[in-house]
Amino acid sequence: MENLKYAFFVGCTPKQSTPELMQSTLAIAQAFNIELVELVEATCCGASHMQDYDDFLSLVLNARNICYAEKRGLTIVTVCNTCQLNLATAKHRLDNDEKLRDRVNAKLKEVGLEYRGTSEIKHFLYALIDDFGIDAIASKVKNPLKDLYIAPFYGCHNIRPHEVHGSSNGNEDPYRPTSLDRLIVALGGHSVEYGHKNKCCGFHVELQAPKTANRISGSAMLDAIDNNADTMVTPCPLCHLRLDVQQKNISKEMGEDISIPILHMPQMVGLALGISPEKLGIKHNIAKIDFIK
Amino acid sequence: MKKYDTKKVNFKVFRYNKEIDRLPYYESYSFSVAQDEVILDILNKIKWEKDGSFSYRRSCRHGICGSCAIKVNNKPVLSCKERVFDLIDIFGYELVLEPQDIKQAIKDMVVDKERFWNKYSNVKPYLVGEIEAHPKLEYIISAQESDKLDEADYCIQCGNCFYACPSVQVNGDYIGPAAFVKAFRFNMDVRDNAKKERLDIVNQEGSGVWDCVKCYECAEACPKELSPIDKITKLHNQIFENNMAKDNVATRHAVGFKDSIKKHGFLDEGELVRYSEGNVGVLKHVPEAIHMFKNGKLIMPWQMPKSEKLDEIDKLIKISSTVKFK
Repeated sequence: MENLKYAFFVGCTPKQSTPELMQSTLAIAQAFNIELVELVEATCCGASHMQDYDDFLSLVLNARNICYAEKRGLTIVTVCNTCQLNLATAKHRLDNDEKLRDRVNAKLKEVGLEYRGTSEIKHFLYALIDDFGIDAIASKVKNPLKDLYIAPFYGCHNIRPHEVHGSSNGNEDPYRPTSLDRLIVALGGHSVEYGHKNKCCGFHVELQAPKTANRISGSAMLDAIDNNADTMVTPCPLCHLRLDVQQKNISKEMGEDISIPILHMPQMVGLALGISPEKLGIKHNIAKIDFIK
Repeated sequence: MKKYDTKKVNFKVFRYNKEIDRLPYYESYSFSVAQDEVILDILNKIKWEKDGSFSYRRSCRHGICGSCAIKVNNKPVLSCKERVFDLIDIFGYELVLEPQDIKQAIKDMVVDKERFWNKYSNVKPYLVGEIEAHPKLEYIISAQESDKLDEADYCIQCGNCFYACPSVQVNGDYIGPAAFVKAFRFNMDVRDNAKKERLDIVNQEGSGVWDCVKCYECAEACPKELSPIDKITKLHNQIFENNMAKDNVATRHAVGFKDSIKKHGFLDEGELVRYSEGNVGVLKHVPEAIHMFKNGKLIMPWQMPKSEKLDEIDKLIKISSTVKFK
């Protein structure tokens, strides 16, 4: 198989609050011989907040982000569900509305760019599963996660709204997503079936409505724990920031102690590949990953 | 004659009579389902063939009255529109039929929608204008003017978005997506004069649009494909465009991105929290900040990453900005 190569849209958290996501992403990309070319010109995607303030500006900036992948002739890979949705939404709108594309391109022209719609946008999870292939992943497993009961937490922005994601997430059904479950099984683990796997973590109102955010993530975590999960895994750093960093605040709001290790998707893959915890940035996780010897 | 394809399906059905039962229970019914049958056909079969006391709402049976909304395997559906075969494709041969909100169930599929209607009536869901009692001519609205409603007038008040919304589930004050769609619908009506009053209502902290968690459950739940969250975004936009945005944590949270992108290209996470919360409010985040710092999850201002071509980014922001925040 020819080596896979993508334009890597890093986003903001891997260089700040989730260095472990950056480390584990690069580590498993290297293990799979996947080349990630960083989009060094890219800006923040607006994180689904900037469009509330200035929708057009947010669209122009994301169109610009995509332009730099088009220039390189590469598909974009994201490692954050919200980056994925914001870029994919910009693409969806621009590809389906000629007038809007002309308005955006009029601005981009002033900095010598043009949006053409030639690059696809994919979350790393789906690049692994659909492009690299689940069997190819399984064949590289050195340490099967055989004693682990892992609760997949998909995160909203990778699965909803389904018409924006289309084939880029393998046409995942938002009411019964399967990709993370299949990945867990391919790595030798047990995937935990629970009602909240496709629910919200509450991250986006963490500042203005912490009570709401804590109750929403608390319900999801209790559901995973009640179904005997040893750990939860998520492809989204924003879900991770909520579920991992906020466990104390969540416990306080829910009135009971809620503690459970939370893995980033690439950390889980890396552990099964036999990559060292150091290289996967495990020391940065706040809830202790207690199952690593 | 072509033979119809049929499949045998087990339906696990939520049963509860608030007046008699202490607790709800589930009853199983098996049917051979034909390829063109919808969930409403199954509800009818249960009532007509198995148990005459089984209760559910239905009326128009063609997707316009909004009465027959329920959940199947937690997916909000309009019973009369949802083909059983499509659900089998997603969930397999056991389908769980439940009311929109089991906590509000009165009898079987029937829920008490009082809370939904209360939120709805909060947003002035009617035309406020000077309408002549005995007009001599029609009030003509142009195609361009009606396009601005963005199909929000197609809402059938089924409640699917409201009962799917996680913010509604944990916050009794939250107005919720259905009422926001209605507020948007009348705000975009050229005959209406209560735009600012409605914006005042949806601009409230704790109950208004700022508490939307951006999960897109409403967009998936809507049988009319109205994408309520897009209307919520447009209400946010109207609040800023009309200079009605208050200077608070929620508004600064949206505005802060622009300044940060201008300066770094990336979002400065620490600065966004400080700017949104203010110098005093930010103190409540100190405990988690210490935790994050100890685990190497907090960078110092001088370590802030920067995008290449900041001049280009700055220029693009200057020429593409459409709104100002005081």
